Amino acid sequence: MNDNQLIANTLGRALLDERNQLRLRQAIQDGLPLTRQPYKTLAIALGIKEQQVLDTIQYWTESDLIKRLGLVVKHHSLGYRANAMVVWDVPADDVDRVGELLSQCDVVTLCYQRPRRLPHWRYNLFSMIHGKDRSMVLEQLADLIAENQLDGFQRDVLFSYRLFKQCGGHYANGECSSRNSEREQAESGQSMKHAQPSIKETQVAYG
Amino acid sequence: MDNIDRDLINLLQGGFPLFPRPFLVVANQLRDVNETLTEQNVMDRVQRLLDDGFLSRFGPMFQAERLGGGLTLAAMKVEAEDYDRVAGQVNDFCEVAHNYQREHELNMWFVLATETPEGIEDTIQKMEEVTGYSVFNMPKKEEFYVGLRFEL
Repeated sequence: MNDNQLIANTLGRALLDERNQLRLRQAIQDGLPLTRQPYKTLAIALGIKEQQVLDTIQYWTESDLIKRLGLVVKHHSLGYRANAMVVWDVPADDVDRVGELLSQCDVVTLCYQRPRRLPHWRYNLFSMIHGKDRSMVLEQLADLIAENQLDGFQRDVLFSYRLFKQCGGHYANGECSSRNSEREQAESGQSMKHAQPSIKETQVAYG
Repeated sequence: MDNIDRDLINLLQGGFPLFPRPFLVVANQLRDVNETLTEQNVMDRVQRLLDDGFLSRFGPMFQAERLGGGLTLAAMKVEAEDYDRVAGQVNDFCEVAHNYQREHELNMWFVLATETPEGIEDTIQKMEEVTGYSVFNMPKKEEFYVGLRFEL
């Protein structure tokens, strides 16, 4: 959506000009202030009106610039330690149907169609399943396959066992906030350490 | 973490109120779990959950492509003896958002986020030069929307 469309779609709202939109984006991309009136706190810091903050964030949410406003859990710390990328080889004319099916399963947290990279990689549908441990993930996957009759598709399960780097994406100003080199996290279950508090979860979904 | 924390997390994963006193709205929404919960209690709990590492963030999750940047998932097939070297080289790129070792012939998987869409190809090219390995670029063609939440 270009700026003119953005303005046309928001008549009656107290939207910000381009420069102040960028400033607001930079101010909130690392999180909202934890104050009683967070939108007012932002408004004061930026020298704009609280209503402009509210309306602009509202508009960003409606237009999907913001996927979600709320909180992001560190699933690792919450005991969801097994993370499997389950990939499927689905014919092009069926990929929308299967993608919709997968995305509606409770255990699937992400679902994307991506290009194959033949001969190295035959899979075109990617889904993510998190669980407390590997056996839980595999059980959930078996149920999902049975319930949705997905047994006819070639698939592969890629568990992760080391997380080398996890940091937030910064887009508004191109800054790169963290360089967490090689903080290893085992992913295999019983003998693992909790996530380092300093490792930031990525702030955007997988692209 | 207690039941109120769990309810709070489950509620806020679905969204945060866009009202002047959002924490008060949340406290009211959670009254059926705990009728003495105050605005300040909710703020304190969110702060504690962040401090204790249960939450990675509190605020908006932006759609990277809509901000004009590039975003992709990429993979490499790295020999075991080279793995740590290559992981170090890859992670030195600030465009790498997170990097997982996975069990497959393609054993290194990472997300690349760049300021511009063209930045993805540039980064991949540099990465191939530095590491001596091919990088398979797998940008999303379509997203099937899921709620992106963990019920606790």
